[in-house]
Amino acid sequence: MSTATAPDPVVADDDRLNLRGATLPRWAPFAVAAGAVVVSLLIYLLTSVDSEIQILLMAVVLFLVAITVVSTVVEGSRRARDRFATTLVYTAFLLALIPLVAVLASVISKGASRLDLGFLTHSMNGIGARDAGGGIYHAIIGTVEQVLIASLIAVPFGLLVAIYLVEYGRGRVSRVISFFVDVLTGLPSIVAGLFILAFWVLALHQGFSGFAGSLALVVLMIPTVVRSAEEMLKLVPNELREAGYALGIAKWKTILRVVVPTAIPGIVTGVMLAIARVSGETAPVLLTVFGTNLINANPFSGEQSSLPLYIYSQAGAPQQVAVDRAWAAALVLIIIIMVLNLVARLFASRNRLK
Amino acid sequence: MATRIDVTGLTAYYGKFKAVSDVNLTIEPKNVTAFIGPSGCGKSTVLRTLNRMHEVLPGARVEGSVLLDGEDLYGPGMDPVNVRRTVGMVFQRPNPFPTMSIYENVIAGLKLNGVRKKALLDERVEESLRGANLWDEVKDRLNRPGAGLSGGQQQRLCIARAIAVEPQVLLMDEPCSALDPISTLAIEDLITKLKSSFTIVIVTHNMQQASRVSDATAFFSLEKTGDPGRLVEFDKTSKIFTSPSQKRTEDYVSGRFG
Repeated sequence: MSTATAPDPVVADDDRLNLRGATLPRWAPFAVAAGAVVVSLLIYLLTSVDSEIQILLMAVVLFLVAITVVSTVVEGSRRARDRFATTLVYTAFLLALIPLVAVLASVISKGASRLDLGFLTHSMNGIGARDAGGGIYHAIIGTVEQVLIASLIAVPFGLLVAIYLVEYGRGRVSRVISFFVDVLTGLPSIVAGLFILAFWVLALHQGFSGFAGSLALVVLMIPTVVRSAEEMLKLVPNELREAGYALGIAKWKTILRVVVPTAIPGIVTGVMLAIARVSGETAPVLLTVFGTNLINANPFSGEQSSLPLYIYSQAGAPQQVAVDRAWAAALVLIIIIMVLNLVARLFASRNRLK
Repeated sequence: MATRIDVTGLTAYYGKFKAVSDVNLTIEPKNVTAFIGPSGCGKSTVLRTLNRMHEVLPGARVEGSVLLDGEDLYGPGMDPVNVRRTVGMVFQRPNPFPTMSIYENVIAGLKLNGVRKKALLDERVEESLRGANLWDEVKDRLNRPGAGLSGGQQQRLCIARAIAVEPQVLLMDEPCSALDPISTLAIEDLITKLKSSFTIVIVTHNMQQASRVSDATAFFSLEKTGDPGRLVEFDKTSKIFTSPSQKRTEDYVSGRFG
């Protein structure tokens, strides 16, 4: 409490150095927050405002205003601005966390009950519209194969483009490539699907297949991989390249053995984000893979299924059993992406020296 | 085995900007030659032309000739990669490869050029680290990352890495400017020791350092900002620091200028 009192007149004497400043006690923000909540609750109870979201927002705004005013009075305007900004940052952080936690919580609560070994090991073969059985085995196979093939094509390709842009590209060619990568980044995923549908499936008569889906995903993955790898390679200090050259190491070898290893943790993260993104793509897969209830382990011939496609078709069905299956499949999709992410991070940190 | 360098009519550009103009000097084998002069006078640029590192920067080019034991580095058919194997370089800021251990750092130049024999590599690591006066400090932790060493140790690691490829000439671009006095002393002792096997060229802002370690000194200067740098005087270090023939050299080494 003593810290909140005004400065001692003796201390504030002109002869002394003015180094001290009044500070709100540690508990003050919590007290102000509690006050804001109480006032909002009173408004909720006493007036006709009856929306919980409005009341919550009101409490946040009240807290923001009150802490700034209190701080201005006690601590002065510089610290008050600091408190205002700090409060804004924390509020934004909590707000950003809400959808994340909400999505995870609702998927787990609605999907966990339907998730069992039978669900993972059975397809939808012979399951009628009202039947409760069935599973996602065929969809898991489809997603894993399609994403794996797409990554095998897109990651080396994207990495090579990034290396060209950062290490070799000069002048117009690299500017043009850079521009088209930017354009591709903003490409709606359904357009990638339509392109493969028109070009590969229809014009080249290849038919629907998991591989056609992979090609559509490749179109979506390449710009993400190129952009993130490019940023990471740019972060590698030029001194390391020069150190390599000065040892008489050829440029390509310096890039391969010095520059890329230095950037690899960041590149892995970028690649993982790209994989996570395309794993959840529905539209391009819908147009190129088509979807089936049967197990088709061959990605190069015939329709396959995939998890997003499965979720899409099951969630759209009127029966509750189908909706339950969609939630469980969504949970499996999230788990697969999280596991992939963890494995990649583990690999990236292994690669670095301790 | 060390090598003599003859620089004739050397002019270096960064794009359209002429950084140094018409440099002529001869660097004697198994000598330490120091380049001194104010910032922007082109001494580092000249140093980088001696192993074709200048042209690594986009738009940079060189006119004139640099003869290494009579062979022009800028002549037709010369491979910059091979030139740099013969003329090694140590940079201003220590730059060990962050993903490699101390051991791997030292042999990076050999290993990435295809040397695989474990016995030879082991031997060369010890030899180079001893050569760089670092062996006793790191012999028990060769597998720890090179970036974990202190600044002075990192710089000696970089020197060990440079001499591991057995160059003829060692170029040093302000090798002590990021180091404390004790590490600086360690590097200076090392330079004196390395002189018996290499031709050494060192760029330095520290005139005491130049007078302590070098046999010959080249003083570079420029008229005003934006003008190309020029070689003002090149002579024995003792002469440059006691009785230089140019007024500007005397002003600079006595601290009355720049």
